[in-house]
This record gives sequence, C-alpha cells and structure tokens, in this order.
Amino acid sequence: MDLVKHIEASQIRTDLPEFNSGDTVSVHYTIKEGEKERIQVFQGTVIQRRNTGMDETFTVRKMSSGVGVERIFPLNSPFIDKIVVDRKGKVRRARIFYLRDRTGKKARIKEKR
Amino acid sequence: MLGFIGKKVGMTSVFTESGKLEACTVVEALPNVITQIKTVDTDGYNAVQIAAFDKKEKSATKAELGHFAKAKTAPKRMVAEIRDFDKEVNLGDSLGIDIFVEGEFVDVAGTSKGKGFQGVVKRHGFSGVGESTHGQHNRLRAPGSLGAGSTPSRVFKGTRMAGRTGGTKVKMQNLRVLKIDAENNVLVISGAIPGHKGSYIMIEK
Repeated sequence: MDLVKHIEASQIRTDLPEFNSGDTVSVHYTIKEGEKERIQVFQGTVIQRRNTGMDETFTVRKMSSGVGVERIFPLNSPFIDKIVVDRKGKVRRARIFYLRDRTGKKARIKEKR
Repeated sequence: MLGFIGKKVGMTSVFTESGKLEACTVVEALPNVITQIKTVDTDGYNAVQIAAFDKKEKSATKAELGHFAKAKTAPKRMVAEIRDFDKEVNLGDSLGIDIFVEGEFVDVAGTSKGKGFQGVVKRHGFSGVGESTHGQHNRLRAPGSLGAGSTPSRVFKGTRMAGRTGGTKVKMQNLRVLKIDAENNVLVISGAIPGHKGSYIMIEK
C-alpha cells in the first residue's frame, strides 16, 4: 500500500463540485476572527488551477470597484465551506491570464451550453 | 531516552488546525522488538537493543539467527542500541508507535543523501568569489584564499575545502509528530528528515 497516498486520501476533498478555468464561482470561505467564525463569499472567475493532489490550488479573479482582485485558494483547505459554480465559461486555454489586461466588454467570457 | 526504528516513505503535506498547509514526512513505523538488554552488571552500562523490519531467514547469518532466537523473533534488518532506555522492557517485547503522542517533539536521525564530490559553495555554503564579469575568469564558485602566506606557510587542518558531501549521519531536532495512524503503523512528522525514500531512520524522544 502506498502510505503517502493513504495519508493524503484522508485530507483530499471530494465534496467540491467540478470546475475549471473560465467558470464563475462563489467560494464560501471560513474566516476566524479571534473566537468567532464567519463565512465570506468571494465570487469571481477562475483563471487557473495548478498543482495536483494535496497541493492543488485555484486562482479566482474579480473586479472590485474597478480594481482587479485575485485570490489563491488551496483546493483541499478545510476552511472552504463550499464552492458554488454560478456559470460555466467557454475558454480555449487552461490559464486565462489575458483577462488581466482586459476590462469591460472585452473581459467577457462566453457561456458554455 | 526512547528510540524507535522507522522507514522513510516519502513527503507530502497536511493541513494543520490553523488551516496552514504544512510539509511533512511519512514514516513507516512497524513494531520494533527488544532483542537484548544490557545492564551495568553484565555489560558495564545500561542499554536496550531494538530491531525492526524482517529479513529472510536465508539471508541471515547463523550468528544473527541465534541472537534473534533468544528474543524469539524473526531475523531483522535494522538493529540499534539505545542507552538508558526510559521504558521498562523485557527481552522479546514488542515496541509499538503508542510510545509517541500526537503533537510532541522528536529528533530524527538518518543517513543523509550522498551528493558525491562537491565544491565549497554547495558543501560549506561559501558564496564564491562573487562576480562572473569584470575580469574574473573561472572563479565564480572558487573557495578564495586558504589562509596567510609565509606565516604559517601551511594550510591549517580542518580548513573547509571541496570533497565528498552527504552520506553522513544527520540528526534533525525538534520535529513535531503531526499524525499517528496506529492501524497502519504510520507516523507523520513535520518537515523533512534525512535520507532518501526507503532509508531507515531513528526516531528519538
């Protein structure tokens, strides 16, 4: 038995939905403030997924009052309460970094049907 | 001191309580067997010999077979002696990973990966001569001066130079036990431990 895989298997999240770059997602992230816990929602476009297994992360980009904000989440983090896929996007590449240079109408992504 | 023989399986990472992803090493920790007990009366000092990881009977010498037969166990690959063992044990006892507690700190000793003949930059952390341009030639990773000239007109013993690197005993201190899987005899220890995958290591506490 592969003991490394066995240790990882107990940590890897299987309850999250499938999503890819180009999709619009809402990440419900648990935030600890002292003793209190609350859930913050970060909604934006997934611009990349990188690494595999335990170390997999994804980057979500959103425009917040005219400023681009990017946040990197570890996919298997126990602090992710849930991920909601709001919209499936149709993109031609796995890393859509060109979105960073675009605003307004040009930054639209076609919906996958 | 308590000691335990384990086998490095590989590295991965685990999430800690605070949500941080922490690098860790997975160690296979099959039960160890007490194969000899040394006392002041018989040997002049107190120590316990532990052994782990079975080997084939045909690859053991007759001397080994006789030694392990005294503890009524199969021949083992790894044998180690620990002085002043902190636990009351008898010959032939099995030592499980229940001697460890999650969250406690341990030291891990092993043989580091052999790196062959290496220069002083890799071997001793020298910074090299500095520049690759401005008239420098073939000197980027050179050691520089070995010492003064006419006095003492020799190189002092122990001067750090290039040579065989790695493959020596290294002990990493204060590594945290992150997880214990008693069912599968697996220990998860924070950070890196010396040696390549499959190498035997000594966990001390």
